[in-house]
Amino acid sequence: MDIKKRAFKRSLWVYHLSGGSCNNCDIEILDCLTPRFDIERFGMVLVGSPRHADVLLCTGIVNKKCVERMREVYDQTAKPCVVVAIGACACSGGIFREGYQMAGPLEKIMPVDVYIPGCPPKPEAMIAGIVKLLEKIK
Amino acid sequence: MKLADSLKEKLGERIREINIHNERRIYLTVDVKDLLECAGILFREMDGRYIVASGADNSGSFEILYHFGFDRQGSVVSLRVLLAGKDPEVPSLSAVIPGITYIEREMWELLGIRFTGHPGLRHFLLREDWPQGNYPLRKEGATEGEKSEE
Amino acid sequence: MKNKKRVIIPIGPYHPLLEEPEFFSLYCDGETVVDVEWEAGYNHRAIEKLSESKHWDQVTFLVERICGICSTSHPFAYCNAVEDILGITVPERAKYIRSIIGEMERIHSHLLWVGLAGHFLGYNTVFMWAWKYRETILDMFEMITGNRNHYAMFRIGGVRRDIEDGDIPSLRKVLGEMEGKLEMLTRAVLDDPVLAVRLKGVGVLTRRDIKDFGAVGPVARASGVDFDVRKDDPYAAYPLVKWKVITTGNGDVFDKAVVRLLETFESVSIIRQCLDAIEGKKGEIENQVREVPAGQGIGRHEAPRGECFHYVRSDGANSPVRHKIRAPSYVNIPTFKASCTGQTISDVAIILAGVDPCYCCTERVAVYDAGNKKKLYGFPELVEMSRKKTERIIKGEMK
Repeated sequence: MDIKKRAFKRSLWVYHLSGGSCNNCDIEILDCLTPRFDIERFGMVLVGSPRHADVLLCTGIVNKKCVERMREVYDQTAKPCVVVAIGACACSGGIFREGYQMAGPLEKIMPVDVYIPGCPPKPEAMIAGIVKLLEKIK
Repeated sequence: MKLADSLKEKLGERIREINIHNERRIYLTVDVKDLLECAGILFREMDGRYIVASGADNSGSFEILYHFGFDRQGSVVSLRVLLAGKDPEVPSLSAVIPGITYIEREMWELLGIRFTGHPGLRHFLLREDWPQGNYPLRKEGATEGEKSEE
Repeated sequence: MKNKKRVIIPIGPYHPLLEEPEFFSLYCDGETVVDVEWEAGYNHRAIEKLSESKHWDQVTFLVERICGICSTSHPFAYCNAVEDILGITVPERAKYIRSIIGEMERIHSHLLWVGLAGHFLGYNTVFMWAWKYRETILDMFEMITGNRNHYAMFRIGGVRRDIEDGDIPSLRKVLGEMEGKLEMLTRAVLDDPVLAVRLKGVGVLTRRDIKDFGAVGPVARASGVDFDVRKDDPYAAYPLVKWKVITTGNGDVFDKAVVRLLETFESVSIIRQCLDAIEGKKGEIENQVREVPAGQGIGRHEAPRGECFHYVRSDGANSPVRHKIRAPSYVNIPTFKASCTGQTISDVAIILAGVDPCYCCTERVAVYDAGNKKKLYGFPELVEMSRKKTERIIKGEMK
């Protein structure tokens, strides 16, 4: 069993990173933690530091001011890690694509493993995406 | 007394133009030299609530609208100053309205309007190393070279 | 800044738990905060500029995406502004529907705030409960508008979709259940002695601070300023229904919580009255708008966080020539300068939360000593400090 598989086998710790979003995706991520959706049943916990995280949940367009900070957070994340782009903005830039503050989309900044489109994607969609990811890793 | 009348009374000669869009929306134009005084009257004497200021590029010249809310009458009074030239300058209102510093910084970086007497005219929304002379909200040549490379 | 005891604590821009990145520097003297600097822009998305390149109708979708929590407030204010240019009013049924959506949003936003405030204080039960109750409101949104957030209900001249008679009973049922839950939550918060000690007298804003910074919404109303756009500059169905503006006088975080909680009851009552007015009736839901003439307009809406202000200028073409947006947090956040000063660091998290900015974002807090010693705090530590203080109060160590 290689190290990546072993690292992702059990409980995934996620870190949430917002790069200039309308914070709707961010709220839906938090929603996943609350009783209705409760992603902890899949062993996922939101952690307070990227150094503890296995998965980065990224939202937003990645604007020019926070792009360096996002790179920093990505560098701090313990490797191997999985990057999930959540929402239309992180996947493609969405409605803000043409703006002067746009530095993204996310795939320009860091390698992205999973795309979950939607504006915002429903919590069910996020859970489905991450569970699919879990299957893929196994 | 109606708000428009009391405005005329208080500001008197300083009003260059008054545009009463309707009872609740009044636009006043004043000269730049009278701005500090007029804003002081609206904010302190008449107890207007500072809402926000908005700058605009009129292709070649600039203007700033200072919006004040008169909530008893449910009205918004917008104080307008017209600024000529490519490199406009206007006195900062931060001595009159403490909360206005942020929007002045924003107008400075997005439109290139300089505020004299501002306590710290630094970048607020954009990066510290944003190219000088590139003002995104200007109509001409603003975002060129700054579009995200495809 | 020569005082050698003064330390600078940067908060942000990244935060593990919550929404937007934002940056604050706290200037501290020991445990006490003496000044706060705010730096924004980590979320700047060039919306005002983009708006100038979009069609009038498209702008409603763009402004909706300014904020995910108050995603109906911005279209509301924008439509009011464009209707101000046009000089038109919307059909009566559309007015009621607009108010229903606006008030449903207020309920879900205030519940969200209560949950997060509880979370910061170490009351995770409050967080889980408030967010659980909020889900039913989102379900109703999904039923009426088709989406949990970003409802796209508004268009210039009216609303995009009607509320069907068939949907109304389930909406009423949810409101009924919601009222009971809100009552329970309100009583739990107001009667809790620990919360009272933790929140009363913390982050006080005086009427003068409100005036200086132009603060609006629950922040202003908690300090006794009874400004509410819905009352003072009536629009939509607000003049047609009975409700009252909630104000309290102390200006501390506790009062801000009280105002928000009590407002949700008013919202429930407004929605009920609006539903009564549209149930079983048919009517137009929009006035067709073909083009927007040259002119300028101002639109306001009382968003959950306060007055949302849009200034739109048209030259008669297809898109606005200038669109200025002022969200309520823009004037509420600078009040930190007044409310954090003189408080202790462990109270900062809840004071920042008390304003309900679109939100607090405290990832990495570094304390710089005069001697260049550096210590890193993280957001968890800050929240931890806040929670420990609550624990100490529970144990009776502190009064």
